[in-house]
Amino acid sequence: MEKTVKVSKPFMDDLKHTVFLWRKSRLTMIGSAIILIFLLMAAFAPLIAPYDPVHQDLQIKLQAPSWQHLFGTDQFGRDIFSRVIIGSRIALWIIFLVSVISGSIGIIVGVTAGYFGGIVDEVLMRITDMFLAFPSLVLAMAFAAMLGPNLTNTIIAISVVTWTTYARLSRAEAIKVKSQPYIEAIRAAGGGNLRIMFLHVLPMCISPVLVQLTLRMGTIILTAASLGFLGLGVQPPTPEWGAMVSDGRNYLIDQWWISTFPGIFIAFVVLGFNLLGDGIRDMLDPRLRR
Amino acid sequence: MNFGQFLLRRLFLMIIVLFGVACIVFFIANVIPADPVGAILGGNAPPEAVDRLKAKLGYDQPLIIRFGNFITGAVRGDFGVSLKTSNPVMEDIKNYFPATMELALVAITISIILGITLGILSAVHRNKAIDQFSRIFSILGVSMPVFWIGLLLLLVFYFKLGWLPGSGRLGFFTYPPPRVTGMYLIDSIIAGQWDTFKEALLHILLPAFVLGYNATASIARITRASMLDVLRQDFIRTAKSKGLRKNVVIYRHALRNSLIPTVTIIGLVFGSLLEGAVLTETVFSWPGLGRYITTGMLFLDYPAVMGGTLYIALIYSIANLIVDILYALLDPRMRM
Repeated sequence: MEKTVKVSKPFMDDLKHTVFLWRKSRLTMIGSAIILIFLLMAAFAPLIAPYDPVHQDLQIKLQAPSWQHLFGTDQFGRDIFSRVIIGSRIALWIIFLVSVISGSIGIIVGVTAGYFGGIVDEVLMRITDMFLAFPSLVLAMAFAAMLGPNLTNTIIAISVVTWTTYARLSRAEAIKVKSQPYIEAIRAAGGGNLRIMFLHVLPMCISPVLVQLTLRMGTIILTAASLGFLGLGVQPPTPEWGAMVSDGRNYLIDQWWISTFPGIFIAFVVLGFNLLGDGIRDMLDPRLRR
Repeated sequence: MNFGQFLLRRLFLMIIVLFGVACIVFFIANVIPADPVGAILGGNAPPEAVDRLKAKLGYDQPLIIRFGNFITGAVRGDFGVSLKTSNPVMEDIKNYFPATMELALVAITISIILGITLGILSAVHRNKAIDQFSRIFSILGVSMPVFWIGLLLLLVFYFKLGWLPGSGRLGFFTYPPPRVTGMYLIDSIIAGQWDTFKEALLHILLPAFVLGYNATASIARITRASMLDVLRQDFIRTAKSKGLRKNVVIYRHALRNSLIPTVTIIGLVFGSLLEGAVLTETVFSWPGLGRYITTGMLFLDYPAVMGGTLYIALIYSIANLIVDILYALLDPRMRM
């Protein structure tokens, strides 16, 4: 019993130090607060939103912001405040699924390449290079357009273009890990390649990939919103922020609020992720840690 | 490894990657869509129309033959005929690409001037008001969606203030200058049409600023960091203690030494401008390549999508190759 306490103490110190670093950086705290608000907004969206986000009422179309309709109404008389609030769920859903899918693809490709090396590594890494040879938005657009633009295909398209970073990262990690003595010990004990790869090498690659995933969440929102804006992403009437900005394009002169409010929310959430990401990077940097 | 070997290896790898890129593009447009012809014509199209379009697109042939035709065509720069414009896709690209190039060049010029100025000022006046401003400007630049900034600036400078023209490359009643490069700014100078030049310049300012915003932020950040590094070094102290004026020390001694990282980042951001161009061109109705492939994708214009995407990937790869070569020239350790 005493032993476990001793073992866990450096970990507790480390955690305390992390919290200390986090509290010292004001920008990181602001970023965390923004993300917390975003998560709460998505969790309680149906309770916060006063109206049905897809309900059309042409009698009240294009109304300016007022106490009844905080952010005004759009060309179909839909309440923009409700749409923006419900839209946070869609953004969160996209971030979550894209992170899971692209993280998994990346980690499996990277670990396989790094663990086997040689010709397998060469082939997998050249394939990665091929995906990196496109500007990522253009490739995502092409996938989304050909699959047919909707929410599911937006998620697939963004995942297909973002896994490359994680593949390179986990490949480097796998190469480092596979030459460790304990891997040799497992092999001597009769562990097969698959067992070593998935049970012993892959877990070591998870934490750097997780960090990279949080750093890239802002980019995921921006890509999804760009696809929505171009008409190649989530389709109306689903309240996706980028598509909502595009909705207001033709009403920009007199009904500026239709495009403005969804855009503010995109910028706000991406800002939160960027500040938090910068903070996490600084906290993990050993030179800045002490 | 000497420089020639490095260059050869890099070129060889690029050719392999480009072949793979062509495979991906072919896969996207030929394997993913379950019923491409039906998607274009709609469900109730008469069978003869379906057959005619299939023959026109070559979809009546087996996949492997189509792939062979696509690759041999692509090598010769022949991507077929666009369904929407009825021109050969390569001809369309030749018409649209100079507009994108012109936009990207003006954007990078604006962001170099703005970015380096902001970077120097915030390094020299560290943690003062200008430094804070530059920090906020940069973090907003990477957080705000490009298309949204574009719309807001359009709202303010065109609709409300009326200072700058709204969309397109020239006003409605102005003829483009005689084509030499396809870039209106250069062509109008060659033709000596100064009014057209002025008009083209006014039209390009807003979209170029929006496109270059991200790049400006990166350049400002990197210039600030490397300037701070250089200002701490001994030779700067020597220069100061010799009694040289502050401006001479900053601009003649420090700046020149701190620009190497900036030069490399400029190469890197130039590639990313292609991506931003897709969004900026849509917002400002700029008739460039980004707009061309976006409309192609919306209207399921398969030849245009394949040709345009492949062409953009080619330009992007060339930009990256140039950056790699620059790196290798500046830093011999990179030639590995």
